[in-house]
Amino acid sequence: MSARQSALKPAGASAFDVARIRADFPILATKPAGKPLIYLDNAASSQMPQQVIDRLVRYQSTQHANIHRAVHTLSEIATAEYEEARRKLARFINAREEREVIFTSGTTESINLAMHGWGRKFIGAGDEIVLTTLEHHSNIVPWQMLAEEKGATIRVVPIDDAGELLLDEYEKLFSERTKLVGVTHVSNALGTVNPVKRMIAYAHARGVPVLVDGAQAAPHMTVDMQDLDCDFYAFSGHKLCGPTGIGILYGKAALLERMQPFKGGGDMILSVSFEKTVYNVIPQKFEAGTPPIAAAIGLGAAVDYLTGVGMDAIAAHERALLDYATQKLAGMAGVRIIGTAAEKAAVLSFTLAGVHPHDVGTLLNQEGVAVRTGHHCAQPVMQRFKVPATSRASFAFYNTMTEVDALAAGIVKVQEVFC
Amino acid sequence: MSDPKSLYQEVILDHNRKPRNWGTLAQANHKAEGHNPLCGDHLHVELNVEADHIAAIAFEGESCAICKASASMMTTNVKGKTVQDAETLIQEFRDMATGQLDTDKQAHHLGRLTVFAGVRDLPTRVKCAILPWHTLHAALHSVADTSTESDNDPMHAPIGDA
Repeated sequence: MSARQSALKPAGASAFDVARIRADFPILATKPAGKPLIYLDNAASSQMPQQVIDRLVRYQSTQHANIHRAVHTLSEIATAEYEEARRKLARFINAREEREVIFTSGTTESINLAMHGWGRKFIGAGDEIVLTTLEHHSNIVPWQMLAEEKGATIRVVPIDDAGELLLDEYEKLFSERTKLVGVTHVSNALGTVNPVKRMIAYAHARGVPVLVDGAQAAPHMTVDMQDLDCDFYAFSGHKLCGPTGIGILYGKAALLERMQPFKGGGDMILSVSFEKTVYNVIPQKFEAGTPPIAAAIGLGAAVDYLTGVGMDAIAAHERALLDYATQKLAGMAGVRIIGTAAEKAAVLSFTLAGVHPHDVGTLLNQEGVAVRTGHHCAQPVMQRFKVPATSRASFAFYNTMTEVDALAAGIVKVQEVFC
Repeated sequence: MSDPKSLYQEVILDHNRKPRNWGTLAQANHKAEGHNPLCGDHLHVELNVEADHIAAIAFEGESCAICKASASMMTTNVKGKTVQDAETLIQEFRDMATGQLDTDKQAHHLGRLTVFAGVRDLPTRVKCAILPWHTLHAALHSVADTSTESDNDPMHAPIGDA
């Protein structure tokens, strides 16, 4: 954001009409637990605005057919809308080319695609994969499966007590056998924003490609593939105000072209005979079978919506929410905030002295406050902080300072029950 | 739907604060470990069964309040009972927690354990309440000084998912 824009749009709620935005999200007016919903579980899944819901309805009502198949008009419309969604996603992440954007079922499948398509071809016995302590299980387990299959080794970047990666240690982990770095852009358990651009530059100077798990970053900040220069970037639609069952693997075209297909089937081939099958070009090479067409088009509508609100405005509002919540909870007796990195995004993990997170979650739910409790599919992070689980409030741009107050009031009630 | 707040009644909070029969036994002829990977709850139950009666029982572990209170109240309820009576309580408690036994309308032997009836409305917490009872069942079917990590013990299988 330029200095001029910053002056016109100061950070914080004043630049941002939250009430108008909330009116776009019908679920925010519901009372699933009998009280007005205070939805602070956005890192698990975000809610969907009416504009996206309407787009799904319009597609199913007037545009649905299978894509890339038939010559009839409806199929041509569906194909065009599906490919338009790809164009929208490519613009949203500033990919160089649309064909670098592969539709998957979500971040997990995106990473598995990279593992099968790239990892199984280019990683062998004795090779090393660098991951970090902050990874979600979905950026650990696929690489462990590969390491076991190939006889490769996983090396792990440690973190400090604030939940920040130790970059000196990261650099020391590189060897001649390092073949890939996998790093999360934003930690789902702690909210730490990792210095991925710097880490990518370091890896590239040693000829090592980098896969970035962007599941928790893409919803909260501008992500720019050309600026980051990452080789792969994975994220999910349902954390981005889109539907479930859709996600993206961005990959540099040169890498994608060298990769082997992940799934075999229709649409990923140019020709098939029992003697020889010729694979399709990218991205179709990686999109075997009928894709989730409606979900892809819905995700296209979701990034239109987010772009309309403005990713910089979203980031500024969420920063204000996080700062306010952090300040509020840090002042409460018995609250321990887990993850205090200088750069954080939209996630506040905490424990309450003497109260198990699951009890916190159940009691907060009685107040209408929806948080996630557990290990957040990031058990290495929990082990590092020596806690079995945490409670996690995670924010979206439709949350308000009043909801942060409700979270704090809910925590006081939990403490009263257990005092 | 009953008010789930009623789950955190004083009796449950009291057993969470001051768990009864907490620790290990000097001498135990049955034991088992229970684990719920969903929330990281784990507990260890030890028994001394003499002449088909539960002469002594102890537990320890790390868990949420619902699990710890359930374990504590379980120990006080099965101590001195026959193995058969304990098995009946295990079955009835499980049926109550999963909504298959309506303790207001059907006969049962659960007594004050009915304070846990509210978990049936909290599907994610049912496993917290049941874990100690699964572990007791596993312990009753265990043999002293043999591993309870047996793969063929269905009650030992972790419940829940991560």
